[in-house]
Amino acid sequence: MEDLLREYLPILIFIGLTLGFAILFIAGSYFSAEQRPDTEKLSTYECGFAPFEDSRSQFDVRFYLVAILFIIFDLEVAFLFPWAIALRDIGLFGFWSMIIFLAILTIGFAYEWKKGALEWE
Amino acid sequence: MIVGAIAFYLFAGMIIASAVMVIAARNPVHSVLFLILSFFNASGLFVLLGAEFLAMILVIVYVGAVAVLFLFVVMMLNINFVELRQGFLQYLPIGGLVGLILLIELFFVIAAGITDPEVVALASAPIPPLSDLTNTEALGQLIYTRYVYLFQTAGMVLLVAMVGAIVLTLRQREGVRKQSIARQVARTREESIEIKTVTPGSGI
Amino acid sequence: MASLWQGYALPGIIILLQILAVMLPVMISVAFLVYFERKTLAAMTLRRGPNVVGPFGVLQSFADFIKVFFKETIIPTGANKVVFLAAPILTFVLAMIAWAVIPFSEKLVVADINVGVLYLFAISSLGVYGVVMAGWASNSRYAFLGALRSAAQMVSYEVSIGFVIVTVLLVAGSMNLNDIVEAQRTIWFAIPLLPMFVIFFISALAETNRHPFDLPEAESELVAGFQVEYSAVPFVLFFLGEYANMMLMSALTVILFLGGWLPPFDVAPFTWLPAPFWLIGKIIVLLFVFIWVRATFPRYRYDQLMRLGWKVFLPASLLWVVLTAGVLVTFDWLPA
Repeated sequence: MEDLLREYLPILIFIGLTLGFAILFIAGSYFSAEQRPDTEKLSTYECGFAPFEDSRSQFDVRFYLVAILFIIFDLEVAFLFPWAIALRDIGLFGFWSMIIFLAILTIGFAYEWKKGALEWE
Repeated sequence: MIVGAIAFYLFAGMIIASAVMVIAARNPVHSVLFLILSFFNASGLFVLLGAEFLAMILVIVYVGAVAVLFLFVVMMLNINFVELRQGFLQYLPIGGLVGLILLIELFFVIAAGITDPEVVALASAPIPPLSDLTNTEALGQLIYTRYVYLFQTAGMVLLVAMVGAIVLTLRQREGVRKQSIARQVARTREESIEIKTVTPGSGI
Repeated sequence: MASLWQGYALPGIIILLQILAVMLPVMISVAFLVYFERKTLAAMTLRRGPNVVGPFGVLQSFADFIKVFFKETIIPTGANKVVFLAAPILTFVLAMIAWAVIPFSEKLVVADINVGVLYLFAISSLGVYGVVMAGWASNSRYAFLGALRSAAQMVSYEVSIGFVIVTVLLVAGSMNLNDIVEAQRTIWFAIPLLPMFVIFFISALAETNRHPFDLPEAESELVAGFQVEYSAVPFVLFFLGEYANMMLMSALTVILFLGGWLPPFDVAPFTWLPAPFWLIGKIIVLLFVFIWVRATFPRYRYDQLMRLGWKVFLPASLLWVVLTAGVLVTFDWLPA
């Protein structure tokens, strides 16, 4: 347990160090470089005229679908990790149990393929 | 180990602070970002418990996937904050009821953990040292064999989620021209060009 | 007092030095990677590339850095200031902390954790946030579109990367990166798992938003994608993060498939060179391929990109997982 935490401590310190470094970096540049903002400089980059409306608008529902499908497959991968490690200990039963699980999800995958959810136009 | 204690209070404090900010922040996008921060610290707590596999899965699944969807939804829908606040009082009774039920359930879980001899025995069973068996292996040895029905049920739930998502969100748009690679590749000279004899002065 | 020194301060200082010994070389090698990229691209298109600053222009990146450092930090009026600045910081931090688990040799690793592969997978799945936050906070059309495309793209290829990693885990039997490298003593995994190696490398290109999958940036249509509004140091942080990620993905490919820090053959002339040399050498070769691909292929169209990810790589890698497991179980070749 102690050993385990000892291995994770450097990561925590690493996060703190890089975070501090990045902030210092931005602050250092901000204070050492000349800052002379004006309205045109701070306006949104556009070709020609200024944007008419807020750019945060609704977008194609397809992006949500991609995100949802990603969650499902990500969970599938998450289930595969311990299985891959313990496959030797759980034997044939464990192997077939995962194959059935994957088969169920392949049905879903085939369904979405047929429905055209993976098409991008 | 004092470093462990400091880390615990750091993570725990951050979780509570960011959880408060989730409901206190005015901008919903900030709320989601604080939610992510609190997930992240929760995974730090898992590491402190020695559950490294769960810690990583928490980051991969919740932060890397679920919160991305939250962020998508919150960022890209133009939520009207004033309208949102008007509904607050109207939904308060239902929200309170749900909260109360959750509280009672939590109470029963904790009570069972203290009184039920079977649960107490299970909780106080010695954990094999991590050097013998990493917790990924330990999980792997149980999920697919001992808890096989639950595992298959999880597969079913995922299938339902997949089908549900497609049924709810998929819209076929009209008039979209798709590329058919098979047709492009299978194109032959006969079907794509036609030779016509053009007599001078008259055209086709 | 002595115990305080021995117990906390000394290990603390050692950890700090270890971290700096990884972080600074990574940042400096980004500068040389940019130079290397420009020179290689120039050579491939019959140009000379940077050749003014320093001998053969090697100091070009440093000159660029000094220039950018003293530029004005512009935060657009419509932008959400905190998120706008947090995005590049996040990208940079993620790209750096991933190096904590990369083993440069059997002993040379900052944090030798049991779940090293999962840690890297988790970090790469967080990469989406830097992009999405930048795109949203900028409040600009180009940035927004770039971020949206990028998020969907990274997310799509993440799945096949996951399946590929599972295949490697099946063969290696451990999630510790050093154990995975050790498991390749007899044969590099790139040979028995060749299709997975190819899928992984192409997914790595997509995951790092490199050519030919650089749609989020797509200079010709989106100007610079999610980075349009960034200037000065926040831009540098994105840049550092992007190139450090490229090196990281190469390092991961090397560790999973090309034997990590192992020499190509376990015989005399090869074993003379120290382990880190082999790891870094292999990373450089892969980075060259990254650049080579950039010089060679035209950009993908978005629907082609999504089709490749979901309809080709996903089923192929899933099938290969099942196949590998089946073969390993039938012949009883599973690692102990």
